[in-house]
Amino acid sequence: MNRRFRLWLVAVGSAGLAALLVAACLELPDFGGAWHPYGDRAVRASLDRHTANTVASVNFDQRAFDTLGEMTILFAAVLGCVVLLRQTRDEHRARPEPADVEPPVRRYALIVLPVALLTGLYVIAHGQLSPGGGFQGGVVAATALHLLYLGADYRALERIRPVGLYEVGDAAAACAYLVLGLAGVLAGTAFLANTLLPYGTFNTLSSGGTVPLLNAAIGMEVACAVVVLLARFLDQAVEIEEESRA
Amino acid sequence: MADPVVVVALLLVAGSATLAVAVRDPVRQALVLSVLGVVLAVLFTVLQAPDVGLSQLAVGSAVTPLLLLLTVRKVRRRGQRKGRER
Repeated sequence: MNRRFRLWLVAVGSAGLAALLVAACLELPDFGGAWHPYGDRAVRASLDRHTANTVASVNFDQRAFDTLGEMTILFAAVLGCVVLLRQTRDEHRARPEPADVEPPVRRYALIVLPVALLTGLYVIAHGQLSPGGGFQGGVVAATALHLLYLGADYRALERIRPVGLYEVGDAAAACAYLVLGLAGVLAGTAFLANTLLPYGTFNTLSSGGTVPLLNAAIGMEVACAVVVLLARFLDQAVEIEEESRA
Repeated sequence: MADPVVVVALLLVAGSATLAVAVRDPVRQALVLSVLGVVLAVLFTVLQAPDVGLSQLAVGSAVTPLLLLLTVRKVRRRGQRKGRER
């Protein structure tokens, strides 16, 4: 393939994509209009199953299988990261020196840490009621823990963050999602079908059938995944050093 | 597109995104990326998509810049060691 042929190929491909995109955009509903064919159906389905947050209903009920795929992507990405960033034979761990932290930074981090952690857990728990859910809350809770690295130092963070436990938690949460899906099959309906549990009272924590359970599984999976991911990057940036070839 | 808040949010997104491309130093780029994450979260909230806004705020303005900064630190540390050995 010479240069000219490649350019020609790119030009044809881009032109085709551009034509399809323009054709699709012309058919879109108007910006800010009141007519949303899919939105209206999604809202009706979510109200039928007593789920106050329609987005949670789409994620964990109407399109729960898509969420399984997304969770698998995150799981595979973190797994790849763990394999790539492991300590190799020509590297060693150097214990990081205890760091001096400016008092205002320390005070800020230690005040904000519990607030941020609680916010993350709140967002996970109320995923089926208000904006947010397992993914958002999981990321907030996981990053909140790392305020300890800012406020104290890496050793303090390592003490509250046994990475092995979080790796187990990640896998367990991913399994929990699968098992909840299979429970639907065993009960005689379909994989991930939301027909197992009573739908409960609208706008309470236990409403929505399996939605809060799937949401909690995703919350745990994402929180553990982000902690493991950041732990691998922090290990590389702070602890692991290459052996000097003397 | 009559809503002025939407227009302002769109302009802010366009501005900070252009800045993120124009800045060449990876450390500064990470900081600009964090600002872009916040502005995008504002845009999503204005467009009545608070779920997406929250994800954007958590991932785009916190985790991604943090991963970038840690990577830069690792690369620089290796460079320093190589420099000392020479």
